[in-house]
Amino acid sequence: MLAQLGEEAKLLAGGQSLIPLMKLRLANPRHLVDLNFVSGTSYIKEESGALRFGALTRHAEIENSAVAAKVPIIHDCAAGIADVQIRNRGTIGGSVAEADPSGDWATVLLTQNAEVHCLGPKGERTVPFSKFITDAYTTLLGHDELVREIVVKLPPKNSGGAYLGFKRTAPVYPTASVAVQLSMDGDVCKDAAIAMGCVGLTAIKATEAESALRGQKISDKLIATAAEAARAASDPQSDMRGSAEYKRALVGALVKRGLEIAMRRAREERVEVSHIYA
Amino acid sequence: MPDSVGKVPIKVKVNGKQHTLEVEPRLLLVELLREVLDLTGTHVGCDTTYCGACTVLMNGAAVKSCTVFAVQADGAEILTVEGLEKDGKLHPIQKAFGDAYGLQCGYCTPGLLISAYQLLSHNRQPSDKDIGRAIAGNTCRCTGYQNIFKAIRLAAQSAKGA
Repeated sequence: MLAQLGEEAKLLAGGQSLIPLMKLRLANPRHLVDLNFVSGTSYIKEESGALRFGALTRHAEIENSAVAAKVPIIHDCAAGIADVQIRNRGTIGGSVAEADPSGDWATVLLTQNAEVHCLGPKGERTVPFSKFITDAYTTLLGHDELVREIVVKLPPKNSGGAYLGFKRTAPVYPTASVAVQLSMDGDVCKDAAIAMGCVGLTAIKATEAESALRGQKISDKLIATAAEAARAASDPQSDMRGSAEYKRALVGALVKRGLEIAMRRAREERVEVSHIYA
Repeated sequence: MPDSVGKVPIKVKVNGKQHTLEVEPRLLLVELLREVLDLTGTHVGCDTTYCGACTVLMNGAAVKSCTVFAVQADGAEILTVEGLEKDGKLHPIQKAFGDAYGLQCGYCTPGLLISAYQLLSHNRQPSDKDIGRAIAGNTCRCTGYQNIFKAIRLAAQSAKGA
């Protein structure tokens, strides 16, 4: 159908980004193809060491899923998106395909061993999530392709993650957000993944902060070093949510808090996480 | 400009009443409710998916009806603020908002009533944190929210007594 309609057609998933963009005339698609009536596109499954999310799975379904709660950072993300009404409509597949620089899922999935299953007229292809989003509002999807499924491998034992955003109010995107996944061996960090949202054209991996942590015994000093490295790697724009300098300071603070929570979760402590409000 | 598109037939149940209609694909659900079905209790506040004044239940889930196309409600059941009262008697949530002064200008109230209704339908003893999360998508510029919390607590209590 998309092949027939051509490049001016857009897919409508939850519509919580696309409909507002159309009202503002920032998107003006000639055709809209509503995916909501396609059955079998909304599910959360655990299969061979991975969580599988159908593209049309709503954020609220993930928030309330016991299966998804096995990966706490996934629950943090779903439960923290906007507000009840938006979580009831918005979908994980729509969020990653939209590739908004402030989108929550992209930041979290960048810290996970995750892949996107894309479906098009030539069949299915699997793309690692780290390659999927190429620029602001831009993905590898061809105009006749769609996201069918998102697969997240379960993190190893002794691994903990956390997703934290700093927000002005619930319905808006965060001013800055940080996702952290730490794999620990006692006090020593075996592996670290840190991603920052809303502070660049796409979610950004804080690679220097990650390498500062890898193989090291975690101390307050090391956390401060990692937070500083992440702060330096962020590339925010000044806008109505705050100045670039303010957002960089936020990123540093969020990385510090995220690392502390991720470490506690790696020790299997139950830590409830919610976004921080201005 | 988009190609001209004909009207699309839809069937939608609103407050228990079945409607068979033909609508333009661009029509929003809130416009269907207010302008076609004359149910003007559902308000348009920001029209940008922020304020929640247009909140209705769609198949039991609260949604912002300014951010759903009417054609997407084909086959759905919708509950608006007009559907809360029964036989001319206010719903306990509506009564609680009155009794606890949970409103001032009243513009956001229909949306808040629906959000409170959804909360209490699956959580009969909500904590203040639960209430806060349930109404985070409903902006009120008058009350400062304190009396809205009171009203929802009161509604939860009166439902328990009933």
